Amino acid sequence: MKRIVHKHPLAIRWFHWINFPVLFVMIWSGLLIYWAYDPYKITVGDYTLVSFFPDGFYKFLKVPRRLAEGMAWHWVFMWLFMLNGLAYVVYTFVSGEWRHLVPNRNSFREAIAVTLYDLGLRKTQPPFVKYNGAQKIAYFSIMLMGVGSILTGFAIYKPTQFAWLTGLLGGYKAARLEHFVLTVGYVLFFFVHIGQVIRAGWNNFQSMITGFEVVKRNDPKRPSVTPEPISEPVDPTPTPTTPTLA
Amino acid sequence: MSQSTEPKLPESDVPESAVRRKVLQSFGLFALAAAVPVGVYEWITHSPKLRGIKKPFRQVLDANEQVARTYFSNTNLVRTFPVEAAEKKARVNGYDGIRTPVPEDWKLQIDRPNAEPLMLAIDDIKALPKHEIVYEFKCIEGWSQVQHWGGARLSDFLEHYKLGSKSGNSPTPDNTNDLFKYVGMETPDKGYYVGIDIESAMHPQTLLAYELNGQPINAAHGAPLRLIIPVKYGVKNLKRIGRMFFADQRPPDFWAERGYDYYVGL
Repeated sequence: MKRIVHKHPLAIRWFHWINFPVLFVMIWSGLLIYWAYDPYKITVGDYTLVSFFPDGFYKFLKVPRRLAEGMAWHWVFMWLFMLNGLAYVVYTFVSGEWRHLVPNRNSFREAIAVTLYDLGLRKTQPPFVKYNGAQKIAYFSIMLMGVGSILTGFAIYKPTQFAWLTGLLGGYKAARLEHFVLTVGYVLFFFVHIGQVIRAGWNNFQSMITGFEVVKRNDPKRPSVTPEPISEPVDPTPTPTTPTLA
Repeated sequence: MSQSTEPKLPESDVPESAVRRKVLQSFGLFALAAAVPVGVYEWITHSPKLRGIKKPFRQVLDANEQVARTYFSNTNLVRTFPVEAAEKKARVNGYDGIRTPVPEDWKLQIDRPNAEPLMLAIDDIKALPKHEIVYEFKCIEGWSQVQHWGGARLSDFLEHYKLGSKSGNSPTPDNTNDLFKYVGMETPDKGYYVGIDIESAMHPQTLLAYELNGQPINAAHGAPLRLIIPVKYGVKNLKRIGRMFFADQRPPDFWAERGYDYYVGL
């Protein structure tokens, strides 16, 4: 017999893997759109630290002169992105799965400990149930970023019909920049996410497909909140328990 | 304890063979599901084109228009700015339809059902109440610029000359059965042309513009008369209007034919 822990409900796995190609299409088509007017850069004084994006980058990815195509992909797949995201949020809320996800007041302290552990500056990581503090913050933020992308997206898609929204976000130009920054955020998240998934190993990765992990006792990668006792404590005088129907 | 609200993950004991079977099943299904996005990509990219773009895209863009029309309202106004905020040198971005000099004998031709075309001079437009707007002009490329335009409301123009209706009466937004669904415009050389849904044309901020920053519009900006339609991207803001007509079918549209959304409503 093997003991397995049911980690990811089927619905969450579907939402996750549907989001992967859909978000890819949104980012890629967004790049085709952004190319047509690409003023963003990070400068220090007069020196351009990062330019979004260099010509070579566009050429390598065959981006130039595909604005119409980019808009078509973007305005078709936005519906899938929104529907999948909405289904995820509703499911997470209704199923109670949010309890594993929403950061609490300990999460920030935990996240620092986890980061130190990941950097090799700490021997152990704090115990957790499903996600550690850093994961909770990351996954909850990415959900909020999704909401942000939808809001900033509508602010630039229909700036007159939703003028209140565009105004709330600081105007049309600001909303376009915010929409872009959120996208950069997804790309950065993606690289960290992939790195962490590789670090966490196969057992963790396959659970996003199968839903479960085979439990390994005293796994340093998964310190549990209430460690399994080595042996059952013997209670010499049985304490009365609540009566049960036999 | 903050963790008291986070339930433990459910566990169960299963035979090793069952674990193996579940893993194989899950990965099999995952591989099958992974073929779906590949299939969708192949289906889209191998679809025939419909009006300048892959058919599935055109159909969804047209559906998006229907969605957008449910919340489009003539009471939703584009944000306006103080005059000082306007660019002194407004950006010029396209020369299609205006590569030749402005015709000396320019007249605005308006085709009417069951009547001779109406031929109007610029003074006929200037005789209508003048409206000015300072708003953020938005190009489909992504740039935007605060610009100051002046001219006559297209809705006033249609009302005054009793245009856009099938009955030949003044058009009323409430009587949609009497309205043509679209207004078409083209440059005198027919090198640039747009189609606009009548609701957007009747929007109170849609102007037949003849002034930019208080001065007559120059040739590059569309002299002598151009369309300023803040509820659309710049591509619909036709310069140097030569002819105007009304139709229930979508009039030809320069950029829609080149794969862009037809509606492009903001």
